Amino acid sequence: MNDSHYCPHTAEEIREMLSVVGASSVEELFAPIPPELRAKTFNIPPGMSEFETFARMQAIAADNSAAMVNFIGGGYYDHIIPAVVDHLSGRAEFYTAYTPYQPECSQGTLQALFEYQTAICRLTGLDVSNASLYDGATACAEAAMMALRATGRNRVVVDGCVSPFSRQVLKTYLYNQDVEVVEITPLDGLLNRAALAAVLDERVAAVLVQNPNFFGCIEDLSPLAAQIHAAGALLVASVYPVSLGLIRSPGEMGADIAVGDGQSLGNPLSFGGPSFGFIAAKKAFIRNMPGRIVGETVDRNGKRGFVLTLQAREQHIKRHKATSNICSNQGLCALRGLIFLSAVGRDGLADLARLNRDKAEYAKARMALIPGVAVLQSAPAFNEFTLFLPGPAAPIVTEMLKQGIAAGVPLGDYYEDSANALVVTVTEKRTKKEIDRLADALQANI
Amino acid sequence: MELIYEKSVPGRRGVKLPASDVPVAAPLPEALLRAEPAGLAEVSELDLVRHFTNLSRRNFSLDTNFYPLGSCTMKYNAKVLENAAALFAPFHPMTALLPGGEEFCQGSLGMLYDLGQMLADITGMDEVTTQPLAGAHGELTGILLISAYHRAKGNRKKYVLVPDSSHGTNPASAAIAGYEVITVPTASYGDMDMELFRQAMNDEVAAVMMTCPNTLGLFNPHIKEISDIAHSFDALMYYDGANLNAIMGKVKPGDVGFDVVHVNLHKTFGTPHGGGGPGAGPVGVKKALIPFLPLPRIVMDDNGAFGLQTSRPGAIGRAANFYGNFGIMVRAYAYIIMLGREGLIRVSEHAVLNANYIKERLKPYFDLPYDQTCMHECVFSASRQLAHGVHAIDIAKFLIDRGYHPPTVYFPLIVKEAIMIEPTETESKAAMDAFIEVMIEAARTAGSDPQALLDAPLTMPVSRLDETKAAREQNVCCLV
Repeated sequence: MNDSHYCPHTAEEIREMLSVVGASSVEELFAPIPPELRAKTFNIPPGMSEFETFARMQAIAADNSAAMVNFIGGGYYDHIIPAVVDHLSGRAEFYTAYTPYQPECSQGTLQALFEYQTAICRLTGLDVSNASLYDGATACAEAAMMALRATGRNRVVVDGCVSPFSRQVLKTYLYNQDVEVVEITPLDGLLNRAALAAVLDERVAAVLVQNPNFFGCIEDLSPLAAQIHAAGALLVASVYPVSLGLIRSPGEMGADIAVGDGQSLGNPLSFGGPSFGFIAAKKAFIRNMPGRIVGETVDRNGKRGFVLTLQAREQHIKRHKATSNICSNQGLCALRGLIFLSAVGRDGLADLARLNRDKAEYAKARMALIPGVAVLQSAPAFNEFTLFLPGPAAPIVTEMLKQGIAAGVPLGDYYEDSANALVVTVTEKRTKKEIDRLADALQANI
Repeated sequence: MELIYEKSVPGRRGVKLPASDVPVAAPLPEALLRAEPAGLAEVSELDLVRHFTNLSRRNFSLDTNFYPLGSCTMKYNAKVLENAAALFAPFHPMTALLPGGEEFCQGSLGMLYDLGQMLADITGMDEVTTQPLAGAHGELTGILLISAYHRAKGNRKKYVLVPDSSHGTNPASAAIAGYEVITVPTASYGDMDMELFRQAMNDEVAAVMMTCPNTLGLFNPHIKEISDIAHSFDALMYYDGANLNAIMGKVKPGDVGFDVVHVNLHKTFGTPHGGGGPGAGPVGVKKALIPFLPLPRIVMDDNGAFGLQTSRPGAIGRAANFYGNFGIMVRAYAYIIMLGREGLIRVSEHAVLNANYIKERLKPYFDLPYDQTCMHECVFSASRQLAHGVHAIDIAKFLIDRGYHPPTVYFPLIVKEAIMIEPTETESKAAMDAFIEVMIEAARTAGSDPQALLDAPLTMPVSRLDETKAAREQNVCCLV
């Protein structure tokens, strides 16, 4: 095969170019690299044709088990993706462009991101959004750093009901900063409000909660917001965007900053990425926002157009004083999110959210009928709920995987004294038949 | 063009949802319910398709235009990579974290492991984590690894050194990782000033962050000496892999003294840039830093089965939710196995040949502050054109009217009126010749009719935009 088909030059063209450059060989151009530093080995295997490459990738994909019925979530959710999402985001004018540094020839990307920011603001009930972050977990960390800057304080309180992955990422980001992270142990799958009251003082910059939380529970954050604001701290809520078709928005509940993972909005599971993180906030905090922001303006003729704005916050200008180190974000995934939200639409997202909850409530009732199985009842749920099995959940999950069912996420790895607990997720894609199969298999395995 | 929200008609829908096969659940308590649905668009599928198709036509892109954006490596993105990524769409990342779940994810885990091995070979590192989600995220992860290394040794370190030609992400990442930044100026020879570097080094320096070749497109011949000096203070060397595409198979960062490397898969390994992301920023380290790598870590057992290590005492924790931007990893893996050893070497050779060709052809027309053999990119200055009142940005806008995405302008910061050109290896001589002619035309027009450049662009959907108004009004969300 022609292993240079992405390097188009003929031998004749190479000779012509070398004569312009004044070199006798391409190798001569590498003369600035001292000979003693040159690579002694390079063990990448020989190349192959496109056909062979694709066949190899098919074989690798076939080494995964595709026939799994998913009742797992944990931050990534198996939702429908309308065909238009792939087709429109797959237009090369979108996916082979770069960051829109030259606005006149990038109005497509810029307007789409402005529309994305609008969708995120409307979904979260907040005033301003950026043009995306990496994922939901890093968005939690960015929100915490934003609150630390905005308040000038040095402590972050995080509810233990927040995804363990988000909590770990938060701690990793703050690992070497002069910031204390205080974690509150959950109580019955909910934020322990007495414990929060005990730590809420003038040192606290932000309280980070997740709604619905890792156990699947939904809480009204409004009273919490009042309490947190009274202490001069900010409420940061990590939310599941599909649930916002039904649940009161974080903005309406009093959150100052909302974050989340956009995977559920038109991005495939794809073994964990790429998806996107979103962040929205009250207008007062716009100058503390991380990452790129698109703003509306006019051109020399007064015509509406869009540009990257407030760039003085960013690393390419502010360097070590920037609000964040983020440069590339997840723009194409955010575009997919916008297309998804626009396709599903205003009433459609509400219907989709209700459908999720109906399926989950059916599943919950079905599981509750299994002798020895109890359901966590401390708060209402959206499309995830916690079950307590009569024994450890892990071996049951292992056994059911062999039967082609990913039954849920056992909590034993993430919380003490929770070996029997299992979080089950039911999206709109799961049929009644599949839910019944889950229940039957669970009953047979316990 | 109207916004999608301006095309909305109440009650219109773009998607039919699956019918429910379960009973309607009892409603949530009032306090938890949204008062009214979020104000999303209400459009038909055709309205939606026309809207986004027409938006896409308002973009320059690699598939439609030559895009010599320096430092960003806008090379052609092979279509088969997209097909390969789609194969992995259905796999849930949590499956591998379930007890006994790894066995159902051997393809994905094995691919990540192999990709790590290949990237380790290319960069001369001992192990790679694929978790970081972009180059800057890799920098943060890498500097945190360095900080964990120093902590474990009981070193007291306060500073990270960067050259003044570095990407803005370097100092920003160092600052988030808790370090103060010392900036070392560039000497007249185009690399970090060796004398000033020696003076800046001390026992409290944790790391030296370098891009090599640097952002002027120059390979630093003193790099080994810099590494040796840094190591003599027990400071580690950090390699910003933004320009790795110039040196594959020619020199390995690990061989010249670098301890930590991040790789921008969307640059060197031909994965698309997506209009600003997603990228991917795997990080490679030398042996001494392996204990600190983030979790979960992909491991292979004695039987060749792949698994996840989810706890280890020294680890810096977790950089992201799962295993990185997996779909980008699939594309990069397919790219590497398809091009293979010889193909990757040719990528670097032709990237360097193309940049030198453009440099030589344009040298008579634009100032070239650092006139040396370059690697994959060259940096001109529009200072000669400035005499006619024409700035780098005006040349950029003129290029847009001629159908070319402009080079990077005003970076690196150390070159006045910088014009940074990176053609990449995938452009043909004919494409470059046509670009060169337009650049020459721009230089001539700057002398003969500067106003023509100041007025550009005239052929785009909008003319130059008022950025001050955007920053002042902060209208970042549609209010209608």
